[in-house]
Amino acid sequence: MDLRRAPRTVIDPKVRHVGFFAPPDRSQSVPLPQSSDSPPLSDLSPSGNSLSPVMIPPPRTISAGLPPNRLLSPLHRFSGDSVIPVGSYNPSEFASPSVADFFEDNNARSPGPRRSRGGGGSGKFASSLPAGGFELPPEVKPKSLTTVSVVSNLQPNVTAKVGEQSSESQDVNSKQPLKEKTSKAERRALQEAQRAAKAAAKGESSFVYLFDSMIFGFFLSVLRNIEGSPSIVILSIHFTVVATVKTGKANNVQKKDNSSSIAASSEKRAGDHKDKDRKKDVPHPRMQFDDTTRVEKAKKRAVVKQTEVRNRVELFRHLPQYEHGTKLPHLETNFFSLNSVHPAVYKVGLRYLTGDISGGNARCIAMLQAFQESIMDYSTPPGKALDRDLPAKINSYISFLIECRPLSVSMGNAIKFVKTLIASLPLTLSESEVKATLSSEINHFINEKIILADKVIVRHAVTKVRDGDVLLTYGSSSAVEMILLHSHELGKRFRVVIVDSRPKLEGRLLLRRLVGKGISCTYVNINAISYIMHEVTRVFLGASSVLANGTVYSRVGTACVAMVANACGVPVIVCCEAYKFHERVQLDSICCNELGDADAISKVHGREEIDHLKDIADNENLQLLNLTYDVTPSDYVSMIITDYGMIPPTSVPVIVREFRREQISSG
Amino acid sequence: MPDTHALVNDFLNKLKKRKIEGSKATAKLTAELLRSVISQQRLPHTNQAGALIHAIKAIGEQLTAANSVEVAVGNIVRRVLHIIREEDVSLTTASIGGLSLQGLSDDEEDNPLVSAAAAAAAARTTLRPPSLQTLLEDMPPHSAAAAAIPHSSSSAGDSEDKTKSTDKNSRSRKLKHNVIETVNELIQEIATCHEQIAEQAVEHIHQNEVILTLGSSGTVIKFLCAAKEKKRSFRVFVAEGAPRYQGHTLAKELVSRGLQTTVITDSAVFAMISRVNMVIVGAHAVMANGGVIAPVGLNMVALAAQRHAVPFVVLAGIHKLCPLYPHNPEVLLNELKSPSELLDFGELSDCMDFSTGTGPPLLHVANPAFDYVPPKLVSLFITDTGGHNPSYMYRLIADYYSADDLVLQQRPTC
Repeated sequence: MDLRRAPRTVIDPKVRHVGFFAPPDRSQSVPLPQSSDSPPLSDLSPSGNSLSPVMIPPPRTISAGLPPNRLLSPLHRFSGDSVIPVGSYNPSEFASPSVADFFEDNNARSPGPRRSRGGGGSGKFASSLPAGGFELPPEVKPKSLTTVSVVSNLQPNVTAKVGEQSSESQDVNSKQPLKEKTSKAERRALQEAQRAAKAAAKGESSFVYLFDSMIFGFFLSVLRNIEGSPSIVILSIHFTVVATVKTGKANNVQKKDNSSSIAASSEKRAGDHKDKDRKKDVPHPRMQFDDTTRVEKAKKRAVVKQTEVRNRVELFRHLPQYEHGTKLPHLETNFFSLNSVHPAVYKVGLRYLTGDISGGNARCIAMLQAFQESIMDYSTPPGKALDRDLPAKINSYISFLIECRPLSVSMGNAIKFVKTLIASLPLTLSESEVKATLSSEINHFINEKIILADKVIVRHAVTKVRDGDVLLTYGSSSAVEMILLHSHELGKRFRVVIVDSRPKLEGRLLLRRLVGKGISCTYVNINAISYIMHEVTRVFLGASSVLANGTVYSRVGTACVAMVANACGVPVIVCCEAYKFHERVQLDSICCNELGDADAISKVHGREEIDHLKDIADNENLQLLNLTYDVTPSDYVSMIITDYGMIPPTSVPVIVREFRREQISSG
Repeated sequence: MPDTHALVNDFLNKLKKRKIEGSKATAKLTAELLRSVISQQRLPHTNQAGALIHAIKAIGEQLTAANSVEVAVGNIVRRVLHIIREEDVSLTTASIGGLSLQGLSDDEEDNPLVSAAAAAAAARTTLRPPSLQTLLEDMPPHSAAAAAIPHSSSSAGDSEDKTKSTDKNSRSRKLKHNVIETVNELIQEIATCHEQIAEQAVEHIHQNEVILTLGSSGTVIKFLCAAKEKKRSFRVFVAEGAPRYQGHTLAKELVSRGLQTTVITDSAVFAMISRVNMVIVGAHAVMANGGVIAPVGLNMVALAAQRHAVPFVVLAGIHKLCPLYPHNPEVLLNELKSPSELLDFGELSDCMDFSTGTGPPLLHVANPAFDYVPPKLVSLFITDTGGHNPSYMYRLIADYYSADDLVLQQRPTC
């Protein structure tokens, strides 16, 4: 702030710690207990929701050997990566180099040996796929972090294998372009295959095809996530093509040759101005819905057809109030006509819509991975420049996602990161290099800002759990869940009070997971909070975002819990990753919020006898308000635990100011 | 006598099995039960009031033990006891008044009665608020008493030469009769308390007001509807009040009356309260310190209201006024309902291991029925006698209850 301050170079900003730090005592000496992967829990993860109205096949039905998209389950994420030797809070070890080391190490250990054995060209792989493609080495399977561990341009083994096609050149410099060229070709092939599949499937019922294509999409994501290897991806393409259409193959190979030359030719890049039409494409993330002209304009562009609810709540006219049941069938029928939206993004959007993916971290990771996938499949159309076309594409994806569900703050920050990333790419890179860089940077973001951040938070927070504590939590926060599980694994004796509220009842899922792990739990409704608060010693809360004035933007009801805890003199600890911090300020829960499905209010889950509102739902005097978030004033919060340390809520703007710039520029 | 026993036992069973819902219904039934008990009670010739009080106390003890949370039972028992004492005192003063009028004419009066009258008067001054009337009654005891009960004194004066036994007889019938009449008034008062409270609605609700309430209560429905009938237009936010979801019934009722109603979840109370002008809720009981035993969730609402400086108004009939001071009311004056309202019994059976059977169970589900709202969070009580501050409650209690009856438990020695 003042000029006399020591220059930045003295202290590396990345390792500068804020707030109080846990003494490196017992958590350091005790290695994280390695929890075995627990199959029964996997069906609790949102991805395993078999009731989903979209035809997303539950992981188990695909193949028993295939791990589901485990990143969605915080539990797995936690258990899987507990092998990471995060030993100390020594800044030098804690900075990003060690992270990179870890991933290198991980990669070297897991898929290496098998990869080197599996020689031969892609054709050979294709034929052997059903057997070989699914059998993953055992050490990969429990590793929920593998998605994250892919920093593909750093892997010698991958490049080595890719190198087989061109049969040579282990020279480090030539590795990257080579690999990227092939992967580029494969993207083309993939798109080709999709097109062919679509054409072939036209005769069949769309239901079956939807299912197939979902499996196909799932293959893509899972395989890529695990292997990080382009040639494995092409195997899956071939497999799908063989399975659904038998005509695509020759076409494929031919195209591949063509596309590599295209890739070479399209490496020139235009100068970068900030083009304005790109900005126009995206509806403002906080569009005011009481502005009728803008709403009309947005409607014309919208991919998702939405009907407004019958009785809008007057106070919330500035927020979108749409009926929830109506979007889905429309989107399902339009699945094939949506050329602008990449299948991966489409899939993620549908899952947002159905509530299959919820929670700031899970939504953010899902979105980033979908972007990654779409970037990998991207090819610059002739006559356009990548740095203009790609942002436009991503903007159209974002507007589609917004139509499915308003963005969370975490997603907004991640999008900002991706956009800055694209804008800051050096012009000299080839298209394939650009794609590789983007992909690895996105991986890096997921690793560092979400997964490692959670780990650090857990490490700080367990120091606040003592034997005999009664910890209260509200709803289901992934960070808090990890804290509880880790404390339990450390052998601390404590009891958990889970407070829950309608209509989401997310606490039940958490309750189920904790009880399954053997933690003693008490389950109460939010109304009984004053009753139960007298026996509680600490309150741990998750957050969707922490705003610059220190208020905590979180699941609706959090404010009530914090208020009652404050009145009873119980410390309130908010756990939130720093990438969710936002420079916005907010005083009430009304100006900016999200409205959920109104019908969820009138129907009480499991209590069919309560149907008083059923027959009067159309009455103009009745409004049903289903708020999703609320704002907790900062004076109810005793402490915020974030990846930069444990801070008071007044220090949030400092974190935002000091680290936001660095976070974006580091990407 | 067997009749009353059967009645009392029947009522006890109902209380124990929680068959009676709501403090108003309970209060009404209790009052009716006590009325029939009184009417069937055979009274001795001497110390009738004492006998009656003793009988009622015995029943009251049983009743309060049956459901200690339903304080309305105890309130009504105490009210009836107070009525008996009052009637007894007024009869005594009346007769004393008559006798002392006599005593003025011929100077041979027995002292014990006079001293009893003095004691009764002293008791009344302690019971009654120090109004001008009581002062006047005290100053010239004879004339005031004579004026207060003219017919009894005149009847006493008429039958000067009648024997003491007939006088006693008429007095005993008179006591019973008077008590039953006043108990009838009490029942009437309980029945009409909603209307009495609702009459004040327009004084408290202005045009375009935004009101928040949680759950449902008969008083609140009547109150809001009364304001609507008087052409006030306002909007109501109704928090549904899990796990009973009575807010849905309230919303239905209000919508059918044409009120703008918005149903919100209980968790959204804090988010919405900043846009609310007033919180109006019902109560289960009002304690002597001005604290409120209320449906679960209301302490949260009251704290949120205090945070945003929104008036928190409690509607309560006088029968909900309990003369006891609460101690640890969250636990002692609470009732845990069935956990099945929150979780199905089978819901977590698959992830819990019952085979070992050692140690305490992993899962507890707490489903309390009531909340305690401390007096500092309450802005106003609206009762059938008007609006009161929480700090005034102790004074109201002195009006309706006698200090001797606060403890219903009789000592085992006597």
